[in-house]
Amino acid sequence: MSLFQSLRPGGRHGLPASEQRDPIGYAVAALNKVAQSDLLDRLGLRRTVEQTVFTATRSGFRTATAASRAFQKAGQKGKPGVRVPAASPSGVFDLTPTEDEQMLVDVVTEFAEEVLRPAAAEADETCLAPESVLKGSLEIGLPILGVPEALGGISETRSAVAGVLVAEALAKGDMGLAVATLAPGAVATALGLWGTDAQQQTYLPAFTGNEVPAAALALTEPTVLFDPLKPATTAVRSGDGYVLDGTKSLVVRGAEAELFLVGARLHGAPVLFLVESSTPGLTVEASPAMGVRAASLTTLTLDNVKVPLDAVLGDTEGAAYTEAVQLARLAWCGLAVGTGQAVLDYVVPYVKEREAFGEPIAHRQSVAFMVANIAIELQAMRLVTYKAASRVAAGKDASREIALARKLCADKGMQIGLDGVQLLGGHGFVKEHPVERWYRDLRAIGILEGAVLV
Amino acid sequence: MAINLEDPKKFRTLRDQAHQVAMNMLRPISRKYDRAEHAYPKELDMLAAMIDGLSESGANEGAGAAGVRREETAQEKAGVKNGANLASVMSIAEMCWGDVGLLLSMPRQGLGNSAIASVANDEQLKRFEGVWASMAITEPGTGSDSANIKTTAVKDGDHYVLNGEKIFVTSGERSDAVVVWATLDKELGRAAIKSFVVPKGTPGMKVERLEHKLGIRASDTATITFTDCRVPAENLLGSPEIDVKQGFAGAMATFDNTRPLVAAMAVGCARASLDLTRDLLARAGVSVDYDAPAYTQSAAAAKFLQMEADWEAAYLLMLQAAWMADNRKPNSLEASMAKAKAGRVGSDITLSCVELCASVGYAEAELLEKWARDSKILDIFEGTQQIQQLIVARRVLGLTSAELR
Repeated sequence: MSLFQSLRPGGRHGLPASEQRDPIGYAVAALNKVAQSDLLDRLGLRRTVEQTVFTATRSGFRTATAASRAFQKAGQKGKPGVRVPAASPSGVFDLTPTEDEQMLVDVVTEFAEEVLRPAAAEADETCLAPESVLKGSLEIGLPILGVPEALGGISETRSAVAGVLVAEALAKGDMGLAVATLAPGAVATALGLWGTDAQQQTYLPAFTGNEVPAAALALTEPTVLFDPLKPATTAVRSGDGYVLDGTKSLVVRGAEAELFLVGARLHGAPVLFLVESSTPGLTVEASPAMGVRAASLTTLTLDNVKVPLDAVLGDTEGAAYTEAVQLARLAWCGLAVGTGQAVLDYVVPYVKEREAFGEPIAHRQSVAFMVANIAIELQAMRLVTYKAASRVAAGKDASREIALARKLCADKGMQIGLDGVQLLGGHGFVKEHPVERWYRDLRAIGILEGAVLV
Repeated sequence: MAINLEDPKKFRTLRDQAHQVAMNMLRPISRKYDRAEHAYPKELDMLAAMIDGLSESGANEGAGAAGVRREETAQEKAGVKNGANLASVMSIAEMCWGDVGLLLSMPRQGLGNSAIASVANDEQLKRFEGVWASMAITEPGTGSDSANIKTTAVKDGDHYVLNGEKIFVTSGERSDAVVVWATLDKELGRAAIKSFVVPKGTPGMKVERLEHKLGIRASDTATITFTDCRVPAENLLGSPEIDVKQGFAGAMATFDNTRPLVAAMAVGCARASLDLTRDLLARAGVSVDYDAPAYTQSAAAAKFLQMEADWEAAYLLMLQAAWMADNRKPNSLEASMAKAKAGRVGSDITLSCVELCASVGYAEAELLEKWARDSKILDIFEGTQQIQQLIVARRVLGLTSAELR
């Protein structure tokens, strides 16, 4: 990349296109560029450990995607895959989880408290989920939560409610690590929902086995005013397959992922494509963001990527794709509720201990009412999310409910993140307390598409 | 047990009936009684008779402010219950989709009835059955700090003698009786506050005037004075003992039951605005796309999405509070959450719908402007927004009323 290219106005370094550089400006910029590379050298980034950190935390480091394992082709093409039935609700309004769900939530809550939360700050810094977290998530069975029992998973009926409860419980520990651990399950769940017999037999054994691959549901694109239902990534029929071209952003653990589920537009309709990471034409670039950093976010570029005809997951009319977008948004809502709860649980003792003007600041209405509103909106987010999830589990259309949950969780979730920092004042702004991380994480709601799915 | 937040199957018929009543009985006379403030909506007598009939036939489980008691009955089946509280909030929301003012004027469905249902003993419940009772708490100098009321009740033989002035008594002139909060002993504070059922026509009780209001004009709001007003001792609801330990809890328990009902009113009124605005926007070429991000849609559609999301939140908080009452879980926190959210959402939605519909929304030719006036009271009575926040804050922070004032 030439110097002048990187200095072109229009987004770079936050400059609007109307900004102009004069000769002195170019000279200063060039000097700055040199100074930076010098700095990198002095840091001694050639050591392997730091190299890892570097790849994950600095953008601009581009590499080929991971070599995928050989997914053994199996099953019958064109034969419908195994599907779990919808849950059959009794018609009774009820806010109590089933016993199985409660047990699952208890296990995940403990995992989130004891493993995720202590690892969160470092994972945020390094943009890497530690091995202990990933391993633990496999022991709990996170990747196979939404996989039908008949295919080695643990789902007997549609498990959207369990999925949301798990996302919430995990995000109470840390949203970034929650996303990192839930990402493979998003692809596995999608295979359970829309996979043909061949797709399920080919890919799911890897997820139900001991060596679960990293996998990523890649729907987001680097477009202003991005609408996931209108991806710019294209799929073109060519020979005995399709050719994919485009860019996917904020792809979870893209550098390690062995299987991508990529959204692309085919004949005007958005379609899901299974793409193995060793497919030629894929490159991945570290792309750390404001938050959710533990999920090792990357940009995935597809340049003339050839996939076979049966790489299409679900239909080519956009139905499976649209549902995937919805179910991913629902999962993000679960995450928002969990992180919102973390904020509430953190600020309550803080404002009761912190004193100003001779008494705890919690004794002041302006402080106490902020806490009250966090509690009110958080419970509202939870109920709206649960309602959407219970409709999905029952096999009902949930477009409206998911849209409302997403809107509420994006708006109120961000407000909770904002107030969490505000309630701690200057202490909220420094990394000694986790509220600044939650502030950054909660901004992801309403922006990130895909990645997780229930 | 399984998480399910759909409207309870058991009450969908009731909900739909209430909707039909609201559409065909209340809407046609909605503007008429908004204009004719203080005129008695005589159409409601027929409606009340119909609701009584439904109640007796067992087809109806609490269309109004009935059924908020929590005693265990033997035949109560184990498991999760969807009962009278859920039925009440659902039907009230539907009726208020019709007209809040008219719902508040419904004979025998007053908040006083709710108080009776909440704190009366069995004998009193029987004696006051079928009585239309309004509720008198607020005084000229006492609003949100209802522990500070100055109306006194002094025991004299087998009567209590009441003295004081009550304002903002909903249906105070039309009802058969008024449930009056009075103190037995100002020195003993909130524990000494008791409620008394004062039948209309009791000497010493006088309706001084009716208020002219911003909204809910179909519902009359009375100022009532009590001058040496003698009330039979057996009309004191609940226990006459001054239990300092129990304090205010007895009287305040009424609010745990009435707050979800007021939340239901706000939810119903707001949905009226939303439903009409959705229709008017569609005719203007704006429809909401649930799958496209809000920021890719028109500002009107994005605003609508936000309002509908807030509405759904308020609706579910309302159902939660009622569901907890049905299942005998303490719900004062959730009741306050529901009222706080529904109250503010009710105002935002009704006012924003007027704005979106521009002069169509502002003119009296449509009902949008009326709903924007009606909704305001719902963020005030039965505890203002600020009181709800105070209650929620105290509960969440574990602070006493002395610590968080």
